[in-house]
Amino acid sequence: MSESRPRTAGLKLPSFLELSWSRVFAVFLKELVQMRRDRPTFAIMIMMPIMQLLLFGYAINTDPRHLPAVVELREDGPMTRAFLASLHASTYIDIVAIARGPDEAEAMLRSGEATFLISIPQGFERRLVRGERPQLLIAADASDPVAAGGVIGAVERIAQSAFAPEFQGALSYLARPPPPYEIVVHRRYNPAGVSAFNIVPALLGVILTMTMVMITSIALTRESERGTMETLLATPISPLEVMIGKTTPYIGVGAIQVAIVLVAAALLFRIPFAGSFLAFLVAVTLFIFANLMLGYLISTAARTQLQAMQMTFFIFLPSILLSGFMFPFRAMPDWAQAIGTALPITHFLRIVREIMLKGAGFADIVGDLLPLTVILLTLATLALLRFRRTLD
Amino acid sequence: MSDDIVIDVRGLTKSFGDRKVVDDFDLKVPRGAIYGFLGPNGSGKTTTIRMVCGLLKPESGAGEVLGFDVLTESPRIKERVGYMTQKFSLYEDLSIRENLEFIARLYGLDRRAERVDQALVDLGLAERQGQLAGKLSGGWKQRLALAACMIHEPELLLLDEPTAGVDPKARRDFWDQIRRYSAQGVTTLVSTHYMDEAVQCDSIAYIAYGKKLIDSPTADIPSRIGLSCWRIAGRPLMQAQELLEQSKGVDLVARFGAEMHACGKDAAALERAVRAVKQAQPHVDIERIEAGFEEIFIYLMSGSIDNFQ
Repeated sequence: MSESRPRTAGLKLPSFLELSWSRVFAVFLKELVQMRRDRPTFAIMIMMPIMQLLLFGYAINTDPRHLPAVVELREDGPMTRAFLASLHASTYIDIVAIARGPDEAEAMLRSGEATFLISIPQGFERRLVRGERPQLLIAADASDPVAAGGVIGAVERIAQSAFAPEFQGALSYLARPPPPYEIVVHRRYNPAGVSAFNIVPALLGVILTMTMVMITSIALTRESERGTMETLLATPISPLEVMIGKTTPYIGVGAIQVAIVLVAAALLFRIPFAGSFLAFLVAVTLFIFANLMLGYLISTAARTQLQAMQMTFFIFLPSILLSGFMFPFRAMPDWAQAIGTALPITHFLRIVREIMLKGAGFADIVGDLLPLTVILLTLATLALLRFRRTLD
Repeated sequence: MSDDIVIDVRGLTKSFGDRKVVDDFDLKVPRGAIYGFLGPNGSGKTTTIRMVCGLLKPESGAGEVLGFDVLTESPRIKERVGYMTQKFSLYEDLSIRENLEFIARLYGLDRRAERVDQALVDLGLAERQGQLAGKLSGGWKQRLALAACMIHEPELLLLDEPTAGVDPKARRDFWDQIRRYSAQGVTTLVSTHYMDEAVQCDSIAYIAYGKKLIDSPTADIPSRIGLSCWRIAGRPLMQAQELLEQSKGVDLVARFGAEMHACGKDAAALERAVRAVKQAQPHVDIERIEAGFEEIFIYLMSGSIDNFQ
């Protein structure tokens, strides 16, 4: 050691500050070699910044556009058509359906198929021309305040520019302020636009994803790392037995988390529970299973517990960003929505918001229960196929 | 296959990457036998044992274990085989009793509590049953591992270096236990590094570079090897030893206190070397002796260099 210490006259370094570049280099090289050998960790280190760039750069949009709207059209005239065309052209909303009646429009809003309901009353144009200031009703699904806010802010401006070309010639008297119509906005499900209403039920999904996936992601990895896998494989146990035996204990943990969040939602945030509790129980059970399978699938791929943790994080990032938890799902580009659709949490978030805030029952959430079931079965199948019955 | 042959495998081959770890391996083990499995580190003993119990899939070869096909019926084999891993592989964060109960459950045994109690008594673990397995010393861990692989009353025991790192007393107890099982008709295939254990086996298969080089009853091994030996005694021996180690025809020099044994396959070359040493070091006495098990096994264990090199 003393030879390697730099000969600095008059300066004596304490022993823990000794620095030998050759030793540093030795460690540096070793780490490089280990990193190169550990391919999955390396891949994740490379993928993580790429993924974040893509997500934040393209998928995330705080000025949400292309939100789906259903139009309840009780009158079809040139002015209303011009208004709808402008709305569509503004790119804030996409008109996805023209409803045949108020019930159909309401159902679409409740199930989340549409974020907005635009209702144009009968006699709108006639009353407009007469100067009676008829109402245009826009009902927004404010369970996600971010999604609703942008459009509500823009709609006045869009209406103005839509009607301006119409108010010419004989109708030019309508061009003077105030506008000859009234836009009435209803914020549904969360009239006050409280963010907690949107965030807290969704947090249940995030918490369950985080913990369930993380716990089970080391299920098999730990066995392999400690050598106990060999004992397990030397017995006649089947892959399915291992899978079920290793995941089901955590359903209890999930149930406790659900209880905590529900109690907090009711007592701390005064969030209503409007819908069917039975439907909620079915959905949350499916969701917990899907997460356990996701974690278990990771544990069939990871070789060390550290790798398992990193892979968990790799799942966690899109679960937060692309699921509709932080940002409006409908406002994301198609590819980001496609990724989101493959994640269990995306469906669970819709279900839990629909049930808690919109009072949904089984019939309303079927559209998300089915994909959740498909994801669960796919994950379980993949995990079973990946499980090695030998040490090969 | 005959009822009396418990392991009958032919041409087992296994590679990891482009390295052939086990190459065209045959083995026949009769019921009730204690079959020793010898070879230097990395010679393919563990891989062979794992193939026999279905933990690894052979690339080629065929065979039956307890009458079941090793390639297609490994779940049936696993039900009837007790496999003890080289490294302790039970749950360190479970107690002795919890480990045994876990294994008993995996095999779906009836009268579970009773069997676990019996196993604990048989192996002298009854008073320690609440202790965490991770806190046990090497000898106790090994007893626990043996108890775990015997709990389902297997017909065949596969033991992979079961006594590595265990003190001599515990090793002796362990072998007494194996002998008792053998008397009850349990067949044992055991890999070992220890010569004193090798001589306890009825038969020995010696494997190096993944190939079986010797397979014979233990008593016949010395004549099979055909090793010649000389005893060199006197003081000092250091220089004589150095001379011998450099001589042609001397394959092995083993010190036993105040004397040493020089052995070689080529009897004439060995004799020339020993006599040359006597000339250079007149104070030593030389004498031709029978090669004992000690010399044979030291020769066998050191005969092949480590396969990984």
